[in-house]
Amino acid sequence: MLRQPAHSRPMALRTEPVRLRVNGVERTVDAEPGITLGDVLRDILKLKGTRFGCGAEQCGACFVLVDGETRYACTTEAASVAGKSITTVEGLGSPEAPHALQSAFLAEQAAQCGYCTSGMLVAAAALLARTPHPSEDDVKQALDRNLCRCGTYPRIVRAVLRAAREGSS
Amino acid sequence: MNLAYREAVGEKGAKPLPGSLRVNPRLSQWLKILREGRVDVASGKVEIGQGILTALAQIAAEELDVALERIRMVQASTAYSPDEAVTSGSLSVQESGTAIRHACAEARAIYLRAAAARLDVPVDSLTVRDGEIVGGSGLRTSYWELADDALLDRDATGTVAPKSASSHAVVGTAAPRRDLADKVFGRACFIHDLELPGMLHARMLRPPSPAATLRSLDDSAVRSMPGVVQVVRDGSFVAVLAETEHAAKRAVGRLAGAAEWSEQANLPDEHAMAAWLKAQPAETTVVDTRAPQVPKPVARTVKATYSRPYVAHASLAPSCALAQVEGDVLRIWTHSQGIYNLRKDLALAFGMPPEKIVIAHVQGAGCYGHNGADDVAFDAARLAKSAIDNRPVRVQWSRPDELAWSPVGAAMAVDVEADLDSEGTIVGWRHDVWSNGHTLRPGRAKTPVLLGGWHLEKPFERQVSIDPPMAGGGGGQRNSVPIYDFMGWTITSHRVLSMPIRTSALRSLGAQANVFAIESFMDELAAEASIDPVEFRLRYLADARARAVVEKAAERAGWKQWKRGEGRGHGIAFARYKGAGAYCAIVAEVEVEVDVRVRRLVIAVDAGLVVNPDGLANQIEGGAVQAASWTLKEAVRFDRTRITSDAWDTYPILRATQTPVVEVHIVSRPDCPASGAGEAAAGPATAAIANAVFDALGVRVRDLPLTADRIRAAMA
Repeated sequence: MLRQPAHSRPMALRTEPVRLRVNGVERTVDAEPGITLGDVLRDILKLKGTRFGCGAEQCGACFVLVDGETRYACTTEAASVAGKSITTVEGLGSPEAPHALQSAFLAEQAAQCGYCTSGMLVAAAALLARTPHPSEDDVKQALDRNLCRCGTYPRIVRAVLRAAREGSS
Repeated sequence: MNLAYREAVGEKGAKPLPGSLRVNPRLSQWLKILREGRVDVASGKVEIGQGILTALAQIAAEELDVALERIRMVQASTAYSPDEAVTSGSLSVQESGTAIRHACAEARAIYLRAAAARLDVPVDSLTVRDGEIVGGSGLRTSYWELADDALLDRDATGTVAPKSASSHAVVGTAAPRRDLADKVFGRACFIHDLELPGMLHARMLRPPSPAATLRSLDDSAVRSMPGVVQVVRDGSFVAVLAETEHAAKRAVGRLAGAAEWSEQANLPDEHAMAAWLKAQPAETTVVDTRAPQVPKPVARTVKATYSRPYVAHASLAPSCALAQVEGDVLRIWTHSQGIYNLRKDLALAFGMPPEKIVIAHVQGAGCYGHNGADDVAFDAARLAKSAIDNRPVRVQWSRPDELAWSPVGAAMAVDVEADLDSEGTIVGWRHDVWSNGHTLRPGRAKTPVLLGGWHLEKPFERQVSIDPPMAGGGGGQRNSVPIYDFMGWTITSHRVLSMPIRTSALRSLGAQANVFAIESFMDELAAEASIDPVEFRLRYLADARARAVVEKAAERAGWKQWKRGEGRGHGIAFARYKGAGAYCAIVAEVEVEVDVRVRRLVIAVDAGLVVNPDGLANQIEGGAVQAASWTLKEAVRFDRTRITSDAWDTYPILRATQTPVVEVHIVSRPDCPASGAGEAAAGPATAAIANAVFDALGVRVRDLPLTADRIRAAMA
């Protein structure tokens, strides 16, 4: 049995403006109270590269950089990072000017389904920013919070080491 | 329920043509030559992270003699794609690839005839180079100039031979995956990224346990939350529809607290699954028997039991679908593996003619079998039918629902017995496998098998999973028949008919547990006879392709040079997937302290003709790493009522720091038919790791996963 609301006027959304600096651009968005950074990026700013995996800080698919540090966009409240510098996978590079990691992931064909790729790239970018010449073990440690179900970890680790070798973008 | 399955169960209507042309003979269904210098190729098989669209494009480019960049693989849709049933069984290269190979070869011949007529030269004076058709004395035209849909509006005849392997220029090369740039640059490319104008965001409120039903729901507070548009309830099927994903998430959290459920403690004891499986009513089938020509006297019989738990798909993304009612047409966007089969079930569920349901495929995250994709498509369709003003509905499952409600790979128990003569030769072999069925895919039964359909006010009958027949690859019995040259055997499958937890196809189906059992037992027999495990296997292997991969894996791993060390071990295992697909042998090297650490996997694979060697290597590597994860860590957990493994901390999978070095060595057989490889590594990787653990510790762990607890118990 289907129940339609008897008094069928949906409640309007309540929003408040939040100022975010995303990939170098100042943006003001009308955000619902408590909305996550991930939902703002994906649903308001239409930056779909930040993937949703678990909503519980357990898979790393949603990693973004906030002032250079990896953060889980799925649980970070957008309002809590107002004024900070946010970098998403789209901000790492573009086909015209790829980040060394993006070139290396393509060179190593370091994906199968590619759903974890954004988070892997972001976590690896944070690593290379603080450790430009990591060991294999450093790379594995840095990516240990990122899950890949297709089993492409060996390729991803190779790609990060290649990016480190072939230099920054 | 790929085509191989359909034919195995005797579906009619197939023509004697190669691959999927049998059921889709029209050439225009497969390809279209466009004036602007492009070829659209339509496959009914879909990209699920395995790189199939790249491989199929390579095949088309090869046969047409055009540059790979000119091939565009068209998104699969029931509106126009060939019906190739399900993308499963590692059969896409065989079924779709074969069809595309022959369809493109025939299209090339048709266009050459048209060119010959236009240029007034004999056909055999023409050559094709990247779509340019050149005759003698400077005469030329092109596919693009001749482009005419009428030319391909005819059935394939199967009379044009495709190229021989020796003349391949595109097939056999490591062409880069065509979809990776989108992923690396973070573009919208997944179903989760799709937006329809005016769409609502839905979240499901699922029951707390498999047998639960909704007693009462007070949705008044939720209906007045900001952004909430509707609460839909149909029996125990409940969802919130909201203007935003954020509002939907908040609302469903609140709604959960306002629901009262009746639950039942009807689940088995997770610690005694083998006993439970053997005690249930079952359909028993003799899979295969072989009698020795001269019965040999049996000196003694040895026996062992192996098991695996329920295993989750554990896809990295939650299942997602979109749906919209437009007039009398229902439109669906899905990451299903089988859009036509899904359509059959939706047509049954909603009492609609199938042609009024249009289903388009959009990529999801990696798919390793029958996951929640079809179920969430039902959810979206059911909600779209109730959505105000026919607004489109997007449904995304939660992570807990993804882990707790997607179908799971069946728990299995396997008994193996061997009769040995006085010299220790295997003269008899018995293999009994107990398992729920391994497929509950849509499109087969008289009523829908989609999860939400079981929760409706007027629910559809809960079906029990079945097994495809062996001619279609088998399910629980897959790979239960040994490839070894034993003198006699009896292989028996017991399909368990009670199904408290919903099982369906997970990568390799029953092959993982059957190969684990056979290859562990071979190792046990080798150890008892004090014969090297590689040598022991080769004694019973006549098949030259089988011997070649076993020998290659052993050689590349340095099997004979292995140095023993405290807590270190190595092990080998081998199988030919489904007894008819790719050959795969794996040497595993492990270290065991508290946990098992897999250090290295050396893999030899023979998948016949290789379309894309890097694609093949990627599938084999990934399959082996995923199998290592199953083997070391994975089990669906439950108490007597609820599934308790509904997050990544309660259902852990292998991480980067736990991943071994993986080496793949391809044994190329360009003259053998191409076979898929996505599932070939699962069984051998599992057994090789278990055998390496035995080598390291001297004790045998016969129940998966090989956790620290299990190892401690075996050592005690």
